[in-house]
Amino acid sequence: MEQGIICAGFGGQGVLSLGKMIVYVAMEKGLHVTWLPSYGPEMRGGTANCSVVASTEEVASPLVSTPDCLIAMNRPSLDKFINDVVSGGMVLINSSLIDIKVDRKDINVYYIPANDLALQHANERSSNIVMYGAYAKLNGNIGSMDEFEKILIKQFGKSADKDKIISAFHAGYEEIKV
Amino acid sequence: MATYHKSNMLTDTPLSFCPGCTHGIAHKLIAEVLQELGQQGNVIGVAPVGCSVFAYKFFNCDMQEAAHGRAPAVATGIKRVHPDKVVFSYQGDGDLASIGLAEIMHAGLRGENITVVFINNAIYGMTGGQMAPTSLIGQKTTTSPFGRTVERQGNPIRMCEMLASQDGPAYLERVMLTDYANVLKAKRAIKKAFEYQIAGKGFSMVECLSTCPTNWHMTPVQACQHIKDNMTKIYPLGVFKDVGGAK
Amino acid sequence: MAKKLFKGNEALGEAAVLGGCRFFFGYPITPQTELSEYLSWRLYDVGGTFIQSESEVSAINMVYGAAGAGARALTSSSSPGISLKQEGISYIACAELPCVIVNMMRSGPGLGGIMPSQADYSQATKGGGHGDYRMLVYGPSTIQEAVDIMYNAFDKAEQYRIPVMILGDGMLGQLMEPVEFPPLKQMPDPSTKEWATTGTHYGKDRRIVNSLYIVASENEAVNIKLQAKYDLLRKNEVMCEEYMCEDADIIITAYGTVARICKSAVKALREKGIKTGLIRPITLFPFPTEVFHKYANSDKTKKFVTIELSTGQYNEDVLLSVMGKKPVEFYCRMGGSVMTVEEIVNKVKEVY
Repeated sequence: MEQGIICAGFGGQGVLSLGKMIVYVAMEKGLHVTWLPSYGPEMRGGTANCSVVASTEEVASPLVSTPDCLIAMNRPSLDKFINDVVSGGMVLINSSLIDIKVDRKDINVYYIPANDLALQHANERSSNIVMYGAYAKLNGNIGSMDEFEKILIKQFGKSADKDKIISAFHAGYEEIKV
Repeated sequence: MATYHKSNMLTDTPLSFCPGCTHGIAHKLIAEVLQELGQQGNVIGVAPVGCSVFAYKFFNCDMQEAAHGRAPAVATGIKRVHPDKVVFSYQGDGDLASIGLAEIMHAGLRGENITVVFINNAIYGMTGGQMAPTSLIGQKTTTSPFGRTVERQGNPIRMCEMLASQDGPAYLERVMLTDYANVLKAKRAIKKAFEYQIAGKGFSMVECLSTCPTNWHMTPVQACQHIKDNMTKIYPLGVFKDVGGAK
Repeated sequence: MAKKLFKGNEALGEAAVLGGCRFFFGYPITPQTELSEYLSWRLYDVGGTFIQSESEVSAINMVYGAAGAGARALTSSSSPGISLKQEGISYIACAELPCVIVNMMRSGPGLGGIMPSQADYSQATKGGGHGDYRMLVYGPSTIQEAVDIMYNAFDKAEQYRIPVMILGDGMLGQLMEPVEFPPLKQMPDPSTKEWATTGTHYGKDRRIVNSLYIVASENEAVNIKLQAKYDLLRKNEVMCEEYMCEDADIIITAYGTVARICKSAVKALREKGIKTGLIRPITLFPFPTEVFHKYANSDKTKKFVTIELSTGQYNEDVLLSVMGKKPVEFYCRMGGSVMTVEEIVNKVKEVY
């Protein structure tokens, strides 16, 4: 099994931490992982993305050019990567900020109102946590819900908003009806 | 009867300087001061690029030869490894005030606990008499054959004054190596600079106005007079910074 | 010891400390800055010294001073900064001082860009500054490999008294992977270095760190001595990975992170029935010439395909090693663009 993931969005939407948390879950599972951020000018505002690879074998290329999974937090990110997604792959779309529907029929697309759910359960900055929850539901082979939650608690255990963040995670998780 | 003994901080290698050049005096003063301070076996020196490039042959201690202008950076590396050792750099005006300006300024700003002996003879001696950053206005050199002008070559640089305007340096003095009385003053300045280093007070530099009879096209006596009459007008002697007892 | 998720730049900093580095001198430049940021606090844990120097020029000369004084000193930068260090590296090579230099390459020429590149290959492997000298140059492809190389880099530098360069690229510096760190190395007493200026010597025992030899015959003798050292490196220090080469019709060759992309391409090509292998030099100087000889002389090998992020700098060494015995095809990207697995697969299919 090897999954190449691209998490993409505006700087500040937490796409790099989202990728990193997925990496931690996969690591706990004993998978080989890599995390490669876009860096440089892109770090200072504008768009940000990271490539994540989780594999049962040693990771060869850490660059994800044809993702098995795309998490698009905004419209430019969706436009940039949607055509690269492999046939049969999955796309998680932040429908709070992306008002179009994907017309590709060969991929599985999930629309998650991440900003709305984040506001409802925690705060606007937690839209990445909502997507993390949605990703968790769809990727049982990377880790169980408890395993995803464990990593979340590790990251935010000391935060005053810990409970709200966990609630945002579950909102994302429940949003996906499989 | 008292006999003169060469300092044990100098090797037996004959100095390679021209007749009438005051580099030799500066070497001798440093060596005598280090001996008087009982530092034999406790010193690492850094040689520059320029006329004094062979300083590593003359000082009887561990020595490193630095790239042009980089002696303060090399001395910084050494001093950070051996903070208990006396570390000095010996640099000319091209080395220190032109190509190595950034290194000397930042060593001063860091208050690096090293001693710098700066030989300012307002000319590039080693390469045969080209203009130095410290060459005087009107001075003819092989690269300012009509005399240095502000319009063509810009102004001479005053290192002591520039460093003194900043926090960091502990002791800055300008002396001249022209006659017995002034050589004694120079020795006292060099000694104080090393004493400050040993006391851990930070960066010290002694700028020595020096002769270059060969490239100035003067006799040694004329050269000394030139320093007194002309160089000191642009480069006044004196103490520019002295933190005294305070660290 | 459990694996930890580490960024390449930071992992190199940690490995340097574990490998005995106690002095770092450097100047910020993307994409390697995290290395100095990491060491700016980490070195103080172990009683070391960190200086953000006024320039790359100063940094390498501080390394010269500290290395000459017997310390394990490191500097790191990225391409434009490494160009500035070249004078100092030449002095260090001639004065026979050990040190480690990291270059996380970005694209050039000029100010270029900050994305991954391999365009400093020739500068790194042929000397770089003035004069005839070499460094021991490593081109790690994973963070674990970079860590393992850095951990032993100071030992190699001191064994041969040479500058060692770890040549990565922006991708390796920014990438995060799980790594396992070796234990903190027990350091030999630095005062046992018989060449170091420690300040305690005078008279005939005094030590001089120098690269000036004004008499031609003396300077030639120094050059002969240096060249003998580089021959020893060629004999003893070559490292190279051969991946699925045994039965390969096509052998791809690449180093560093690019070799990882090639490895994915090898897997993909084999799934399509094209028997492909990969030669991945780990040391770039000394170059694994004999590995290339072996496959160039093999009836099995039909072609080589060189892949690099520069315009044939690496391929020149490949061509010299293949000696015209087999065709060598070439594919590169430049200026910070990185090839995809698909591009490599297509290139191999095109020449197959």
